[in-house]
This record gives sequence, structure tokens and C-alpha cells, in this order.
Amino acid sequence: MSRPVVVVGASMGGLRVAETLRKSGYLGPLVVVGDEPHAPYNRPPLSKEVLASDVSHDAVAFALAEILDDVEWKTGSAAVAADLEAQTVTLADGTTLDFEALVIATGLRPRRLDFDNKPAKGIHAIRTLDDAIALRNELVPGAKVVIYGAGFIGCEAAATATKLGASVTVVGKGPVPMLRPLGLELATDIQRRQEAHGVRFVMNAQLTGVLGDERVTGVTLDTGESLPCDVLIESLGSLPNTEFLAGNDIDIESGVHVNASLHALRANGEAWPNVFAVGDVARFPIPKFDPSTRRVEHWNIPTEMARKVGKQLALQLSGDADAHAAEHAKAFDPVPSFWSDQFEVSLLAYGLLDQGTEVRLLEGEPGGDCIYGYFDGDDMVGVCGIGMRSKVMAYRNKVGRTA
Amino acid sequence: MLKIHVDMDKCQHYGQCVFDAPEVFALNDDDKLEYKATADDSERENVQRAVDICPMQAISFTE
Ligand SMILES: Cc1cc2nc3c(=O)[nH]c(=O)nc-3n(C[C@H](O)[C@H](O)[C@H](O)COP(=O)(O)OP(=O)(O)OC[C@H]3O[C@@H](n4cnc5c(N)ncnc54)[C@H](O)[C@@H]3O)c2cc1C
Ligand code: SF4
Repeated sequence: MSRPVVVVGASMGGLRVAETLRKSGYLGPLVVVGDEPHAPYNRPPLSKEVLASDVSHDAVAFALAEILDDVEWKTGSAAVAADLEAQTVTLADGTTLDFEALVIATGLRPRRLDFDNKPAKGIHAIRTLDDAIALRNELVPGAKVVIYGAGFIGCEAAATATKLGASVTVVGKGPVPMLRPLGLELATDIQRRQEAHGVRFVMNAQLTGVLGDERVTGVTLDTGESLPCDVLIESLGSLPNTEFLAGNDIDIESGVHVNASLHALRANGEAWPNVFAVGDVARFPIPKFDPSTRRVEHWNIPTEMARKVGKQLALQLSGDADAHAAEHAKAFDPVPSFWSDQFEVSLLAYGLLDQGTEVRLLEGEPGGDCIYGYFDGDDMVGVCGIGMRSKVMAYRNKVGRTA
Repeated sequence: MLKIHVDMDKCQHYGQCVFDAPEVFALNDDDKLEYKATADDSERENVQRAVDICPMQAISFTE
């Protein structure tokens, strides 16, 4: 039997790769390996609906199309090592899989605090369904919640927990929450709206310690303040899951470095012909912005990358050299897009907002529904709206750089 | 002929579907999703892309 295509990571990215391979005519063996016990499911509801109600895996699971019937799913088993020259991946139970091609779709995991003597109970992060369910059970009315890290996931969790009747304090390192992704104007606006709902922000502060023996009872800050709490949520950003690739000649500095056709690269920049990465774990160039690379942790990216890798790889394996060359030559060049829901605020954004050096109000009123443009010189590198969705969408194809 | 259904209890009007199948999905002036309940077979691939990209997994269709 020929060697399979092995996809490591059984979430949205891995699922969409498998689907696109099949739809593009690849009928050979296909194995999807995932360390979570669950079939692929949708993550954005984890900081929103899943925390707020009794949602189970069924409600967030992705539909599995019939064309995936003969895919071999190895869920509940982690890839622990790989040998890219020998074309093998080793799983936690010791099984070794030979691969014809490898697609890395292992995503991220939360960065965690590494204080000594951290209490075992009451401290949470939100990445997986099991994380969200464990947290949900503790978000009871009256609970005192400290959220450390004022990014999107932290601020969404703050809104959800407040709606559930918890009393919430967000502690963040910067002067305002979500500063890097949104810029000062919009970030300040959203902080005010969160505060109007009763969320407290302690900014320009860092945690120096966690109190409590078995269960967390509070945290201490470098401002000298200490905050009592029953629940601590760590939302400090993420780290790429690339450990299983260690020891290979592959650039995994801050995510798997891929080129415009999504091939993983060696340390010297040379492409691995049969190793690809998609989704949150990948660090890639976006030609409409610039040749530098970044990870983009937004919803639309895994699916768009998977569509390219699935189609391109199916053609590569079919032996149709011309069709493959044509697909291969099309650079991956997406418009990053994200949304976020926090109380009545529904944000929708396109582009790379953090590349903007100047933020201009394009439409609406600050404090109400409005749209901001993020500019670097004359280039509009991003756009973000509160409300006004159809108007925000009209800007989508205008973001990027001209030169 | 495709028969399209959006579960409006799930849909959060994110409008992601609009870019993949603009002939079928649109946001109206109140930023609410409007869609055509039927579409020509030639829209199949676009509608499938919209199904895949919908963050709420709210869209389904039959042929
Ligand atoms: C709480 C939360 C809320 C979010 N909200 C939004 C939002 O509102 N808007 C938005 O645009 N985006 C949002 N996102 C981001 C979006 O969900 C991600 O971009 C998307 O899930 C990335 O998909 P992925 O397949 O690349 O990675 P992941 O979904 O992280 O999947 C990777 C999978 O690989 C598994 N894995 C890792 N290592 C191994 C290994 N060695 N062996 C086997 N399996 C392994 C992981 O356990 C995981 O199941 C949110 C994310 C989170 C966590
Ligand atoms: S993508 Fe889904 S949630 Fe968004 S408007 Fe379309 S159907 Fe509704």
C-alpha cells in the first residue's frame, strides 16, 4: 500500500485539509492525528456561548462530510516525534506512521504562568472544549474572577463572566486592553464600554504571585495591590505546538515558517517538498502587505490555507505536473479577518491593523457605531468597525499596500 | 437546484458567507443576513465554501 498523507492536528485546519484533498481528487490513504479526545469542533464559541450555557461537543462539532468516510482518525493520540528525512511521525503510544506528505495543523496552546506553588483549583486557560467546560462550572453568580491578560480572549471572557453574574477584574500589562490589535482609540473606547457594564480594569500591572493553598484565593500585583478571587483566568497569549518537530532541519522559530505556497522551510530557507503547515501554527508571508512573516490567529486563516494545501497537494500526488505547477505558483495572499463579541460591541475587522501607524475615523461616531481605518502612509493596512457590518465589509478588498 | 437553509437561531450575522457566495447571501441595511432559499446548481461550490467558512455552522443545503 502506498504511504498515506498524514495530517497532525484534528481541528478546523486539519479537517479542512482532509476535505479539500478528497474534493480535489486525492483518494489515497489519509490519516488525521489529534491529541484531543474529540472530533474537530469550533473554537470561537468557547469564550462566548460555551461559557454561558450548557453546550456540549455536539453543539460545536463540525459536520463531517461523507467524502471523509474513509479517512483514518487517530484522535486522543499526540504526535511526539517526526523524522522529515525518513518521512515518519511517531505517536505517543509508540506507533510510527510513514507519510507520503505531512501537513502540520497543530495550532497553539495558551502560555501559562509558571509560579511555584500554584494552587491546583480555580485557575484556568481557554483553548479547548474541556477547558471551557471546566471554567463554566466555576462561573457562578457572585464569583470573584480575575482575568490576567487583556487580549481578545480575556476581554470576551470578561464580558461573558459578567453577564453570568460574576464580578470581574481584568489585569493587563499595557495601558489599555487589546492595544496591539486595535490601537489606542478603539481600545480605549471598548474599555469604557466594558467598564459601563461593571468590568474593572487594572492596567499597567503584572501579577507577582498567586495566593491560596489548594484553591486560588487571590493574586498579588507589582503595583502592591492584591486582589481576592475565586477564579483566575490566564489569557496571556499562545505558544505554537511544534515540539514534535524538534531535531529536524525545519524553521520552527515562533511557529512553522512556510513560504507563499505553504511549504515548510529548512533553516536555510529551502522548501520541504512534501511538508506543509496550515492555521494558527503557521508563520507565513502575506504578499499584499509585505514579505515579512507572521502568525495570524484568526478564524478564516486555517480554512483558506487548507484550501490551498489540499488542492495543491492533491495535484502534486496525482502526477499532473502542469496543473500542480499552476496551483503552486498562486501565492497564498489572504485578507486576514476577525470578529469579536463583548457585550453589545460586535467588532469586525479586515487586514493587519497592527501595521497601522495612524488611525483615522472613517464613518460613524466614536462611542457609538463607527469604523476606523488603520493607515501606514497612504496605505490602508486595516479596517475595524463596531457595528456597521455591511459598511465594514465594503472596505475588505481595499486593505493592503500599494507598492 | 440548491435548497439553502440558514438556522437563524445560530446565525450571528457575521457576514463571512457573503464573500464566498455573494449571489446567495447579503447583509441588509440593518446588518441582518438575507439569503435566497434556492440557487442554481452553478452556485454549488460557492455555497459549499460559505458553509465551511460560517463561524456558527449555521448554513446547510440540499440538492
Ligand atoms: C477561546 C477562543 C476564542 C476564539 N474566538 C475567535 C473569534 O471570535 N474570532 C476569530 O476570528 N478567531 C477566534 N479564535 C481563533 C480560532 O479559533 C483559531 O484561529 C482556530 O481555531 C485555529 O485553528 P487551527 O486548526 O489552526 O488550530 P487549533 O484549533 O488550535 O487546532 C490544533 C489541534 O491540534 C492539536 N494538537 C496540537 N499538538 C498536537 C500533537 N503534537 N499531536 C496531535 N495533535 C496536536 C490541538 O490539541 C488541537 O486540537 C478563537 C480561539 C479561541 C481558543
Ligand atoms: S457566515 Fe454564518 S453566521 Fe455569518 S451571516 Fe453567514 S450564516 Fe450568519
